[in-house]
Amino acid sequence: MTEPSANTITINPVTRIEGHAKITIHLDDAGDVADARFHVVEFRGFEKFCEGRFFAEMPQITARICGICPVSHLLASAKACDAILGVEIPRPAKLLRELFHMGQLTQSHALSFFHLSAPDLLLGFDSDPASRNIMGLIQQHPDIAKRGIRLRKFGQEVIKLTGGRKIHADFTVPGGVNKALTNAERNEMLSGLPEAKDHATFALDLLKKYQESHLEEVEEFACFDSNFLGLVQPDGSLEHYDGRLRFCDTKGNVLQDQIDPANYLDVIAETTEDWSYLKFPFIKSLGYPDGMYRVGPLARLNVVDRISTPRADAELQAWRSQSVPPRRSSFYYHWARLIEIVYALERIEELLRDRDICSADTLVNARPAHEQGIGVMEAPRGTLFHHYWVDEAGRVEKVNLIVATGNNNLAMNRAVKSVAQKYVKSRQLQEGMLNRVEAAIRCYDPCLSCSTHAVGQMPIRVELIDRDGSVLHTLVRDQGTM
Amino acid sequence: MSDNPKIKVATAWLGGCSGCHMSFLDLDERLLDLAKLVEFTASPITDVKEIPEVDVGIVEGAVCNDENEHVLRTMRARCKVLVALGDCALTGNIPALRNQQKLADVLERSYVESESTQAGDVPGAPEVPTLQTKVRPIQEFVKVDAHIPGCPPDADAIWYAVTELLAGRKPEWTPTNMRYD
Repeated sequence: MTEPSANTITINPVTRIEGHAKITIHLDDAGDVADARFHVVEFRGFEKFCEGRFFAEMPQITARICGICPVSHLLASAKACDAILGVEIPRPAKLLRELFHMGQLTQSHALSFFHLSAPDLLLGFDSDPASRNIMGLIQQHPDIAKRGIRLRKFGQEVIKLTGGRKIHADFTVPGGVNKALTNAERNEMLSGLPEAKDHATFALDLLKKYQESHLEEVEEFACFDSNFLGLVQPDGSLEHYDGRLRFCDTKGNVLQDQIDPANYLDVIAETTEDWSYLKFPFIKSLGYPDGMYRVGPLARLNVVDRISTPRADAELQAWRSQSVPPRRSSFYYHWARLIEIVYALERIEELLRDRDICSADTLVNARPAHEQGIGVMEAPRGTLFHHYWVDEAGRVEKVNLIVATGNNNLAMNRAVKSVAQKYVKSRQLQEGMLNRVEAAIRCYDPCLSCSTHAVGQMPIRVELIDRDGSVLHTLVRDQGTM
Repeated sequence: MSDNPKIKVATAWLGGCSGCHMSFLDLDERLLDLAKLVEFTASPITDVKEIPEVDVGIVEGAVCNDENEHVLRTMRARCKVLVALGDCALTGNIPALRNQQKLADVLERSYVESESTQAGDVPGAPEVPTLQTKVRPIQEFVKVDAHIPGCPPDADAIWYAVTELLAGRKPEWTPTNMRYD
């Protein structure tokens, strides 16, 4: 593989993440890590090729931005379409959309923790790369793997029972949803909840034990200052489907609060770097790159005052009591993700017990009334923005998207640099060192397909080359051989 | 160790949404059975980064850029049976919608014109792959031995295809098993 410059280590592709990326680690003359970059290497161009489509097609087209969290795009897109219609959707439709989303939050977070990151925690960062994955977990810890599989399955089943299909459901439409929930579907979900809750508790216990035995690693892993963004309810509690924007600084002070998400262009801007297809958002008032902020589970739990469901709120308050919030270590993304699973399962139960949940009043019919629509919600990975402009017939004229993972671009770059500087010793390069750098990215659970931009895979062969171009050390990651 | 050597499988995703790989994970408990029969080598869900010689290569996604093409050709050269997983690999599907516009216009919209973007420019450093003018399905580049249709194919369709392939047969799609839900 080609090297961009002499003193560079390249990790390509970054694995056990969704989407396509590479990492380059830049060495100084002494062989120490001077910098590291996270490159997103795919581009698809939804913002252009959606032009000319009928606006009602947008949920189905933009769901294909991402196969892990299609529900997020289905919802943000439908909300943008509701705004174009200028309607308030019926209450049962709103409940069903949130139920659909809580199913996704469960499956997406379970996937991130069990299928993608648990191999590092349970098999070890330095374990054999040939089996450091979900299939290896199945062989070495079948009971734990099975719990992860069953928890993700429950989330996927909630999505299917609510929306008709596990991936890319045709369910959210402008003005509401096109399928009501039957009593049998409702009961099926309720009957699966106790087992799912048990798996979530198990995962949280697992992480608590891990923290006890790896306290320094947990506290220090890719730990850095940043601002945080998440949606909150009017009372400051956690919210995923609706809510308003709240920004906090690295000490937890509220910078901006209760911002109407429709005004996102006033508070967020983004710019480009030549070396990544993923743009770099920042807080407009702080400028680039000082306006770096983080989104996603950790950011949400750092900005909220409380969680509306009792069990998740107890976990949140207990977690906060351990040290002064906000938490800055990237490792705590895992923790926050598991607390959010607890929340999602409690919320699923509340929604299923709502007397309107099986109502057939799920849709309002209307014609396009506004020339723009903005839909914002909290995807599993963070705040997601869909913004469409349409003509009087409802044809899309322009599209602007800021996807969840994109918000974390500056932070992910900071994270890989932090971990590379701590763990990568270029003179005795070990595969496990590079896996830790990738693990920093896994904390953020990026969804790079989501980035509307992103792909590429090449065999990994790391060569450490000195200034004169001679190879000091070669590392090939392939079938566990080094 | 088992007496029967496991079937070696590699998977790759090219330009697409990864929904087909997610649908593969929807095999759920059937993954436990599969782990007994199959060895997963290079795949986005493992840390094996170089595709070795394998029995079955499974490819999701369309070819959007030069790295996609490189991965696809590597997979073809190193696998005995190449499977196109999902509609992007088969037809280009949603990623190929960009073929209606000029590539330069598509890039301009995202990186320069976009309402939220300030001082943006189209990325072009050596670290990012060169985009191809048109997005194309994989059989325009290499010979494909079997396919699994759907956006995405559901887990039952994937299970049917995988078990047929493990039995040495080519999956045949009929109106009863070719469906989307």
